[in-house]
Amino acid sequence: MKRVLGIILFSLISLLPVAASEHSEAKGGEENNTEKFDPTVVIEHHISNAHVWHVVSWGEGEDKVDIEIPLPIILINEGKFHFFLYSRFDHHTQIAEDNGSYFLYHHGTIYNTDAKGTITEDENGHLINTKPWDFSLTKNVWSMWLSIVILLWLFISIAKKYNGSPKRPHGVQSFFEPIILFIKDDIIVDQIGKEKAYKFVPYLLTLFFFIWINNMIGLVPFFPGGSNFTGNISVTMVLAIITFLVTNINGSKSYWKHTLLAPGIPSVVKIILIPVEIIGLFTKPFALMIRLMANITAGHIIIISLVSLIFILQNVWVSPASIALSVVMSILELFVALLQAYIFTLLSALFIGMAVQSEEH
Amino acid sequence: MTTTALGLGLIVIGAGLGIGLLGKGAMEAMARQPEVLSKLQTAMLIAAALIEGVALFAIVIAMING
Repeated sequence: MKRVLGIILFSLISLLPVAASEHSEAKGGEENNTEKFDPTVVIEHHISNAHVWHVVSWGEGEDKVDIEIPLPIILINEGKFHFFLYSRFDHHTQIAEDNGSYFLYHHGTIYNTDAKGTITEDENGHLINTKPWDFSLTKNVWSMWLSIVILLWLFISIAKKYNGSPKRPHGVQSFFEPIILFIKDDIIVDQIGKEKAYKFVPYLLTLFFFIWINNMIGLVPFFPGGSNFTGNISVTMVLAIITFLVTNINGSKSYWKHTLLAPGIPSVVKIILIPVEIIGLFTKPFALMIRLMANITAGHIIIISLVSLIFILQNVWVSPASIALSVVMSILELFVALLQAYIFTLLSALFIGMAVQSEEH
Repeated sequence: MTTTALGLGLIVIGAGLGIGLLGKGAMEAMARQPEVLSKLQTAMLIAAALIEGVALFAIVIAMING
């Protein structure tokens, strides 16, 4: 019975996008037959950060209804502070006025402009208007705060259970305890060594759960989730820079000696080796940054591309196949979300472990 | 566009070969010595992440090139 229900539900869900695509075809027939669905626009819109949180939309052309949450925009322009909501940008001209300054919203970036919305373009069609400093609370920021709230609520409630006399773990505690112990024993202590590991346990555990929960929120396809937070290069850059600082601030004497002086190596080789070692200091966090960002972004792109197939091919029978494929990809992405958090933590622990080792090792 | 695609393909061949050989080696080692399985797994994942990094650099360059 359950299985039959499951099959019926699956086939209904997989035919949903078809209804949408047939509807748009009927509409398109009246107005414009040549307009084609462009998946790159959808993908770019999804994977980039935004000043507005788009919830859902339906309809086409004039009847189009968008439900979206305008987010606060904070700008500093020529020493003046501007604070207003995204909804102040005009729907058609994309221009907003605040305290006598005019701003233009163009493809997710805010530019300075004047009352008429004058734009200057270079020969490639890119805008070269000046930009104000943008400190807006964008979609990714709200997504991060959501993850912080979830993490605090989860781990404070777990931590409270360890107060007082030890009891049998129960509830969500029994799910997280083995994971925490695994990260602590099999990654951190293993890579750094027993004596020095405990200093880094809080940082590395935070890193793991922060990346994991944000990867998972990114996989939720509807409103509070779906932002490409860990697939944003600035986010992963900050994480990688923190790892870089932790590694090098805690670097032992012998670590710096081996990096900068390369003892016991012929001086001819030193000329090549020392620059390589110094470049190596920076390529490690750089690789961390690119790996996380590219993995998560690639996952999002693949899932959207699979769903986009229905709209590209405009065919009823593509729908079940593409839905099934995107379900499979989503399951794979759940695994990748965990794996990337694990890899980031593991490599951070590895780099820290290499840096803190003392001479006799 | 086409040269980017060609380069991507070449890099994926390289990374695929690398991870394939790595997996083969790790599997054989795990089958021979199941008692060090967890250590082998960790080492394999580190190496896999490093190889995969190269393929991901290619993806990023392809994205930048459009």
